[in-house]
Amino acid sequence: MLVLENVSVNYGAIEALTSISMRVEKGEVVTLIGANGAGKTTTLRTITGLLEPREGRVTFEGEEIGGKPTHKLVARGISMSPEGRGVFANLTVRENLQMGAYLKKNKREIAKDMERAFTMFPRLKERESQKAGTLSGGEQQMLAIGRALMSRPRLLLLDEPSLGLAPLVVHTIFEAIDEIRSEGTTILLVEQNAHAALKHSDRAYVLETGQIVMEGPSKDLAADPRIKEAYLGE
Amino acid sequence: MPTFVKRIVGAVVIILLLYFVYMMMSEEGLFGFGIGAYPADVLMLIFVNIILAVSLNLINGFTGQFSIGHAGFMAIGAYTSAYTTVYHGQHLERWLAASIGETPAIAIVFLIAILVGALAAATMGLIVGIPSLRLRGDYLAIVTLGFAEIIRIVILNIDVVGGATGFSVPGYSNFIWVGGFAIITIIVIRNIVRSDMGRALISIREDELASEAMGINTTRYKVIAFVISSSFAGVAGVLFAHYKKFLHTNDFQFIRSFEVIIMIVLGGMGSITGSILGAIVITVLPELLRQLPTINLFGSTVNFADLRLVIYALLLIGIILTRPQGVLGHHEFGLNWLKRAQKRPEGDEPIGASKGVPIAERDAPTADSAKEAKNQ
Repeated sequence: MLVLENVSVNYGAIEALTSISMRVEKGEVVTLIGANGAGKTTTLRTITGLLEPREGRVTFEGEEIGGKPTHKLVARGISMSPEGRGVFANLTVRENLQMGAYLKKNKREIAKDMERAFTMFPRLKERESQKAGTLSGGEQQMLAIGRALMSRPRLLLLDEPSLGLAPLVVHTIFEAIDEIRSEGTTILLVEQNAHAALKHSDRAYVLETGQIVMEGPSKDLAADPRIKEAYLGE
Repeated sequence: MPTFVKRIVGAVVIILLLYFVYMMMSEEGLFGFGIGAYPADVLMLIFVNIILAVSLNLINGFTGQFSIGHAGFMAIGAYTSAYTTVYHGQHLERWLAASIGETPAIAIVFLIAILVGALAAATMGLIVGIPSLRLRGDYLAIVTLGFAEIIRIVILNIDVVGGATGFSVPGYSNFIWVGGFAIITIIVIRNIVRSDMGRALISIREDELASEAMGINTTRYKVIAFVISSSFAGVAGVLFAHYKKFLHTNDFQFIRSFEVIIMIVLGGMGSITGSILGAIVITVLPELLRQLPTINLFGSTVNFADLRLVIYALLLIGIILTRPQGVLGHHEFGLNWLKRAQKRPEGDEPIGASKGVPIAERDAPTADSAKEAKNQ
């Protein structure tokens, strides 16, 4: 579904990604883990067109998307929950969800999708007419994910959904990820929390200083002694 | 009452009201009561400023892009339209007056002039907006600041429009035109803000990247908002020029742009009624200061009106310290709250009355949430 082939990205003279290749197949949850500065966000920015690859190709369902404007991705079926959540602070929860369905015209479908978001995160229903800026970090993350789902994406990109959240809330978020997967949405999950990410994904890639150093089924990686030592702290 | 009947009634009431004020502004007044030339002058300025403030709020307040060159677009509108009326309009006016009478002839010529001014300002808005709005951040502020000054200096050196000696313009404008266009501006901007496009603009203000991720072509929307805003500034320039009857580039200095910014910061960025309030206050304030007696400060005579820049600065500092969102913030002042208060069903829980978040789920403050808290 999503394929990166030998993608290299530079920030000026500095190479941030060196010839990375990865693929996400339909129905999978694939996670990209790595430490700070490994290139996780750069990878996601390249997929979403914020950065242009110097070399290599990014394709989605066979079509090249590398370097294409970000706003065109939604129509193609890719939706993103940006790092740091990016909720519209002065809009209400309901208005935020409506923004997620900006390109949709069918009012009945939008209403249905909104109900679905509220079923997935009942907390959002309670906060429906509250301004998003007044929500807690966890609630904002729920809102960001709910909003990203409003466009009915086939591929959902999640950038650090557990960042800065309390363990209990992290649990809720990952449960939601399981639920979204069970409904058939493909997910690319970029995470620092390797433990949770490996537990809730099918396959994983490990980024280190701009290169993919390991890849494989998440179960195997979670059991790998090198991963255990470097990322799981065991 | 059906909506369209309401609208027609509203329009008729507004037109009658404009006409009434217009009649009051003439020397003999209505039923022997006139409001005098000086208050009439201030009233005209208030409405020109309302057009400027409300239109600037679309780009600065609702879209979150900082433009500080509104006077530049106003100058474009003023001078292009003045050129049209002086060199082509009077000719056309005489020709039209022969067949349809003088008043409608003037109206047609002036409408054409307004159109020319609006289009010229919109075109300049497009030229300035496209390169600077493709980028995120403060580039628009830098570019518009430079643009407004360049325009002023360029006009100062064009002899056909008077250059440094100034330019005499026919006095087509009156309160019906100015008031009418102020109301048109308010209605147009209000409808934009309430439309799908308005939601897109507000989402750009809130978080440009997230808005892009919703599928919104942010550059396109920013440019459209900027062009609309510029064209209304152009209209304000046309009305101003044909009211003042004499144009000089000194009317379009940086301070003019700055005044409009103070109006919207004072009233509330993102509030149309706030901009109107700001326009009224900032127009009337220097006039009130003029009434104050001069004082003797450190051995020199000081007039309060000359101190208006100092007073603006103090006002701005005061607002930013005490109410950074402006008097009205994002809110609109209207009678809707009355209706809402009546409609609220009994026992309906007010927002925020739910049980709250259990302590275990509350988050430790992060850099993010601290930033958000600060933005509230």
